[in-house]
Amino acid sequence: MNKPNSQPLSTHLDLANPQNLKAYQSTGGYAGFTNALKMPPQEVQQQVSDSKLKGRGGAGFSTGMKWSFVPMGEDAPKNKYLVCNADEMEPGTFKDRWLMEGSPHLLIEGMMIAAYAIGANVAYIFLRGEYRLCATRLQQAIDEAQAGGLLGDNINGSEFSLQLHLHTSAGRYICGEETALINALEGKRANPRAKPPFPQVVGLFGRPTIVNNCETLCNLPCILKNGGKWYTELSSGADTGSKIYGISGRVKNAGLWERPMGTTAGEILQLAGGMQDGLKLLGWLPGGASTDFLMPEHLDVPMEYDAIAKAGSRMGTGLIIALDDRHCPVGMILNLLQFFAQESCGWCTPCRDGLPWAVEILTRIEVGQGSQDDIDALQQLCSFMWLGKTFCALAPGAVEPLRSGMKYFADDFQQHIDHKGCPHRH
Amino acid sequence: MSKPIPIKHIDPLAEPRVDYRHYLSNKEITAIEHECALYESRPAAAIDALQIVQGERRWISDDSLYAIADMLGMSATELEGIATFYNLIYRQPVGEHVIHLCDSISCWLHDFQSIADHLRKTLNIEFGQTTSDGKITLLPNVCLGCCDKAPALMLDGELVESLDIASVDKLLQGLSGVQK
Repeated sequence: MNKPNSQPLSTHLDLANPQNLKAYQSTGGYAGFTNALKMPPQEVQQQVSDSKLKGRGGAGFSTGMKWSFVPMGEDAPKNKYLVCNADEMEPGTFKDRWLMEGSPHLLIEGMMIAAYAIGANVAYIFLRGEYRLCATRLQQAIDEAQAGGLLGDNINGSEFSLQLHLHTSAGRYICGEETALINALEGKRANPRAKPPFPQVVGLFGRPTIVNNCETLCNLPCILKNGGKWYTELSSGADTGSKIYGISGRVKNAGLWERPMGTTAGEILQLAGGMQDGLKLLGWLPGGASTDFLMPEHLDVPMEYDAIAKAGSRMGTGLIIALDDRHCPVGMILNLLQFFAQESCGWCTPCRDGLPWAVEILTRIEVGQGSQDDIDALQQLCSFMWLGKTFCALAPGAVEPLRSGMKYFADDFQQHIDHKGCPHRH
Repeated sequence: MSKPIPIKHIDPLAEPRVDYRHYLSNKEITAIEHECALYESRPAAAIDALQIVQGERRWISDDSLYAIADMLGMSATELEGIATFYNLIYRQPVGEHVIHLCDSISCWLHDFQSIADHLRKTLNIEFGQTTSDGKITLLPNVCLGCCDKAPALMLDGELVESLDIASVDKLLQGLSGVQK
């Protein structure tokens, strides 16, 4: 990409010493919001629809479309809410932390634009409890913006008023689910809610509510600054804009990079300097723990929602976890399933009982006490916990690495059973 | 034969079990009221209130739970359902320092088990326990979001990254008075 500013998310990023309000403004910050404030809210929505921005939390739903369900105009309810989902707990994912620590004003500007577009007068950042440094830096930035007249009543002399509050959670994966997050924010146990009604109409405290991922919101300032069309030209593939990609596991230099949408996993692995010496890539998860395994032959697939789906997985958060040949695929799947079993909220039976059952079977196989029947039982569990049979997407997400792992690493499972033990442990 | 468990008779209309005005400090009450003002309903401040009181008293005792429930106008049972839902709310006493070791996938790929074994052996406790001198509590944690610097742990809320045995030893020595 030869665009003059083709890394709009990390332009302002400084992890050691994030820009304060003055520095952020003097380098073009809050220009997007100033532009937005000159337009009617519907036009801001239109710009975002034109940009074809898709939600970066994992599902990849069109942001413009999501906003369009919020009741607007004179008859709309007076109180509306905007919530930033910064409850980043997907194992292998650390992009939102990077953005919030390195560029807190970018998120605040994005939230101001989103709140203006949907007519919200109160906004919350729902931050995971472990992100202490993010909390400090975000609160500082909020206080600065408040003191600078960017938050509060009649911002820049307009009709628009916005209160922005930071809510720090206390550590539970399910809070990242949109409706569970709303329950958590209301001070209820964070079980997911039935849909419909959708939060856009009946959300937080029964009022219209938009929940957007942190990275999604961070994309808004550059869209409003340069226009929706400009944003679509950042990438050359099917999906538009810029994305924070990353990789972890036994690679040389694990980390994060902002690249145009559609960058391949192979390029990201190259940015990380390849696998550590002496190790071979066995398989990879494209976007967090709840995505299907892909294999080395898929490294050329662009990291785009449809292309990754066609290869049999999900783009998810876009942060790759690389499995090397010195680690046991069965052990890896067991670790992933242990996470999901622990983090199930317990609300619906397939998830609450199915996941611990899967963990028990996988443990048996890993220690060499598995049988052929166990493989069949696991297959059956995959179908019991699939979409449509559970209340939310947690269990189906857990099934993804399990079912694809059993397909791609069938030989490894068989070896565990035949040789009564893990071939990777000596 | 075990003895039957005596049934306590509770009068639901009686005075609250713990009157928060007598139990919570002014500092705690002010901080919780500040949070309450940010939401449309008082129970919405439940998590904040639990964190505020825990910040002052290290953990949430039954009396703390009753006091917060009283202050927020919600049932203690409901608040218990929230308090026990979260990893970072402690419903049992913890040590002066709390170590949360990440046990999720990127740390697994970087052999967090050897760090876990070392911590258990050095501190002579299992996960979920506190050292006999009351100094350190050891707990597991899901992905801490620093997968590029695995393995990692959180010590009293501060992130410690790229762990190895030597850096763990140094960390433990830093927590003065640790028995080796």
